[in-house]
Amino acid sequence: MAAALTQERVQPRETSTTKKPKSLLRSIVRNRVLLLMCLPAILFFVVFSYAPMPGAWIAFTNFNYRDGIFGSPFVGLRNFEFLIQSGQLWLLTKNTVLYNLAFIVLGNFLQIAIAIMLNEVRSKYFKKISQAVMFLPYFISVVLIGVIAFNLLNYDTGYVNALITQTGGDPIKIYSIAGAWPIIIILFQLWQSTGYGSIVYFAAIMGIDNSLFEAAAIDGASAWQRIRYVILPSLKPTFIILLLFSLGGIMNGNFGLFWNLVGNNAALFQTTDIIETSVYRMIISQNNFTSSTAVGLYQSLFGFALVMLANWIVRKINEDYALF
Amino acid sequence: MSHVVAAKPPRKAEPPRTVKPPRKVRLDRSDYVLRGISYLTVATFATFCALPFILIISASFSSESAIMRDGFGLLPREFTFAAYEYIFRAPRQIIGSYVVTIVMTVAGTAIGLFVIAMTGYALQRKDFPFRNSISFFIYFTTLFSAGLAPTFIWVSRYLELRGSYLAVFLQLLMTPWLIILMKNFVRSVPYEIVESGKIDGAGDFRIFLRLVLPMMKPALATIGLFLALGYWNEWYLSSLYLGSTVEFKPLQYHLYNIINTANALRNSVAGSNVSITELPSNTLKMASAVVATGPIVLAYPFVQRYFVSGITVGAVKG
Repeated sequence: MAAALTQERVQPRETSTTKKPKSLLRSIVRNRVLLLMCLPAILFFVVFSYAPMPGAWIAFTNFNYRDGIFGSPFVGLRNFEFLIQSGQLWLLTKNTVLYNLAFIVLGNFLQIAIAIMLNEVRSKYFKKISQAVMFLPYFISVVLIGVIAFNLLNYDTGYVNALITQTGGDPIKIYSIAGAWPIIIILFQLWQSTGYGSIVYFAAIMGIDNSLFEAAAIDGASAWQRIRYVILPSLKPTFIILLLFSLGGIMNGNFGLFWNLVGNNAALFQTTDIIETSVYRMIISQNNFTSSTAVGLYQSLFGFALVMLANWIVRKINEDYALF
Repeated sequence: MSHVVAAKPPRKAEPPRTVKPPRKVRLDRSDYVLRGISYLTVATFATFCALPFILIISASFSSESAIMRDGFGLLPREFTFAAYEYIFRAPRQIIGSYVVTIVMTVAGTAIGLFVIAMTGYALQRKDFPFRNSISFFIYFTTLFSAGLAPTFIWVSRYLELRGSYLAVFLQLLMTPWLIILMKNFVRSVPYEIVESGKIDGAGDFRIFLRLVLPMMKPALATIGLFLALGYWNEWYLSSLYLGSTVEFKPLQYHLYNIINTANALRNSVAGSNVSITELPSNTLKMASAVVATGPIVLAYPFVQRYFVSGITVGAVKG
């Protein structure tokens, strides 16, 4: 048995030095069980992630269902030209990026604030219950957010309008005021994700070496100084890493939230349409596969470049946190 | 037996650490001010998080005429079960949706969990020469994707899954993130356990099934929770691939339709002889939301800790 064990251990080195196809085959045979264990997952990603990739070719064609992906006439970059000239690509990019920036700035600020304050709370029950309630919005289906929006904002019976009429005001047609929706969407996003996002920062505060707090207390630091000089500096690495990765994902929108809040309400598109909602609408209600593929490809490539950049910067800062 | 002993250290390595200012040092005024502000802010924010749920529950127990007159409120207006009676008078639709969702959730979580655990284990084995290339193969799908339209065409036209529950069921089985999360969890299982299994002459799959899997209960609970949530909350793939082709829509997609289309609201109470104007549509929407969301909120307190552990472990290395 011991012989078998040493043989197993030596074997990886062996495969890395000899590059004959024979040894690859031998390595496959030797690791067949582990490979078989990975096979279902590999098949899954081949079928649902890799196989659709050649379909991105649709972005360069005038696609129709009858001729299929590679039979449809090739039109070069015309689909992209159209999207740029109509101003749509710019609008979608602008909305997606600006919403994400607002989410990142306000979200991180609130998450850190909540994490610090949660740490000051001494009552165990208060902490547990308030934490549980704060995570709940992230736990439920995003469809419920549409229900909540309807409950709060609809013209005839909405809670907000009920409050306004009770105090003698005139009800507002919120669903037709495009300017109000960036605020509404940001509030819903914060409602949904602040509790959840604060978990990471709270865990980071929990991880701070206790002796730092003791030293600060002995030096007579006030509560504010404790936050300023102990907690915030300790959160800095976590914050920077999370910030960089969220900047890397700045082209990706929170589709479920936007769609369930705004849906097909064309009156609001100017201020609420993001890449995901636009692509989804093009497919679901217009059967427009060329433009939706073009926008999707633009998003994928741009997003890919941004993640690579973010990861490269993270790697410079601290190699341990880099994704790859 | 040696593996049981070896299993203990990683658990002991995470004692409950709470940050407290040392007791002997006198707290000054700023500490009390901060503490006061903290309690107030946290309580306010938690209330803000709970408020919409209270609004929906109250509305579902209100009478339609009171809602039409005064609008939704924080407390039920003219308390009544009328909306729920409507739903359960002809419960065919809602029961059908429940069955579809429960079957998908249970089967999907079980199968997905098994595949993810197997993959996560194999990819964490240090003596597995293909682990880096397979990890990258899986990870790459988060960096670059074909996009929605090509995927939609591929799944509906080439795989011919449009109108089939399989289109929803299969695509939710796993995500790269969950596999990475599982890998991170498996890392805490000492390699000596694998070795002890090998010395006993067990094969790789047997080591996984008999030795590693029983040690990964917290990981299985966490990842199972995320999978189950994915299935339970699913509406998006259903809207793309199922549309109105199936009689019983998954629960959340059913709710989505009730909120967004008048016809779905009428069909949901199976009363095609009922005219849409007679329906208590406002309270009915709210009651449907409660019925579709209720179970997951009730389960929430019991599974919350796994939810939290998943986020903290996952955040260490995305």
